[in-house]
Amino acid sequence: MPHDHDDHDHAHGHHHHGLSPSGHPYRPDDDTALSRFQVMEIALRELLIEKGIATAPEIMAQVERMDARSPALGARVVARAWTDPAFKARLLADGSAACREMSIEVDALKLVVVENTPQVHNVVVCTLCSCYPRNLLGLPPDWYKARAYRSRVVREPRAVLAEFGTHLPDDVRVQVHDSTADMRYLVLPARPAGTDGWSAERLAELVGRDAMIGVTLARAPEEPAPA
Amino acid sequence: MQDDFDTGRRWHDMGGLPGGSIDRAQHDFALWEKRVDALVILCGNKGLFSVDGLRRALEDMGPQAFEELTYYERWVSACAQNLVECGVITLDELNARMNEVAARGATYGEAQGHGEGGAS
Repeated sequence: MPHDHDDHDHAHGHHHHGLSPSGHPYRPDDDTALSRFQVMEIALRELLIEKGIATAPEIMAQVERMDARSPALGARVVARAWTDPAFKARLLADGSAACREMSIEVDALKLVVVENTPQVHNVVVCTLCSCYPRNLLGLPPDWYKARAYRSRVVREPRAVLAEFGTHLPDDVRVQVHDSTADMRYLVLPARPAGTDGWSAERLAELVGRDAMIGVTLARAPEEPAPA
Repeated sequence: MQDDFDTGRRWHDMGGLPGGSIDRAQHDFALWEKRVDALVILCGNKGLFSVDGLRRALEDMGPQAFEELTYYERWVSACAQNLVECGVITLDELNARMNEVAARGATYGEAQGHGEGGAS
């Protein structure tokens, strides 16, 4: 579904019905045929507001709060771990507490950070549903929630990684971590070669969402940045 | 897959089963989907129902719903189910309000009432 980025510059700062609080245009759900599930969402939201259980600004704030979560947060954590060995030790010992140090709230979830090494490569899945480190990466991609990934990655992880263009040497052990409602995993990718002396800010640009799920590696400095 | 009453394995327990190639096409979330997400999180924060309650309702919908409905279509249904079960809303209330909402217009933009919030 298209997301019209062209309007951004015009959109910002205007108070317009068609804009989300972030100033981005809403997607076409506003002007396509109303579905039963959209009706249900509106009805539930109104009933919760009328009953004093939630307020409209509170709901809007929660939408904005999730909109603000993106893989850039996880990338900051990873880059800090690459450049600060003491932080990395704390991150591996207690992921939730270490993120809190960086003012990234992971809420009640227990965050477990698993480190890729020359011997071990880690991949994250939720075979039962869609549990994901959403506070560090935002909402999960569609494929993460779909049957093909959930069923196959625990059985044939190398074949799944290959579909993402990731080919590991045979002597690297692949560990697949199955998330739960209360425990979320984040992969700490290996720091790419040729990045000695780089700042954390610059390093973070090499860390994409898929690398923190473990289906890809961190981007090498010579690789082009994703579009 | 369906629930397997011999092994106790339920349909949503997909790990290790055969599956097709991974479709990496991504859709951007619509506002109504983000609002469903927000409602579920807020209901959880307020102690109305837990993520386990959400999961139980999702799992009870069965494999056909998983194949035919989108993610947030299932979530909004599971949210409604939990809110009815915990007594916050009644089914009659929900149905009446849904009829009212549906009568407001033919698009989401027309049907969304108060609680729209936004920058203005």
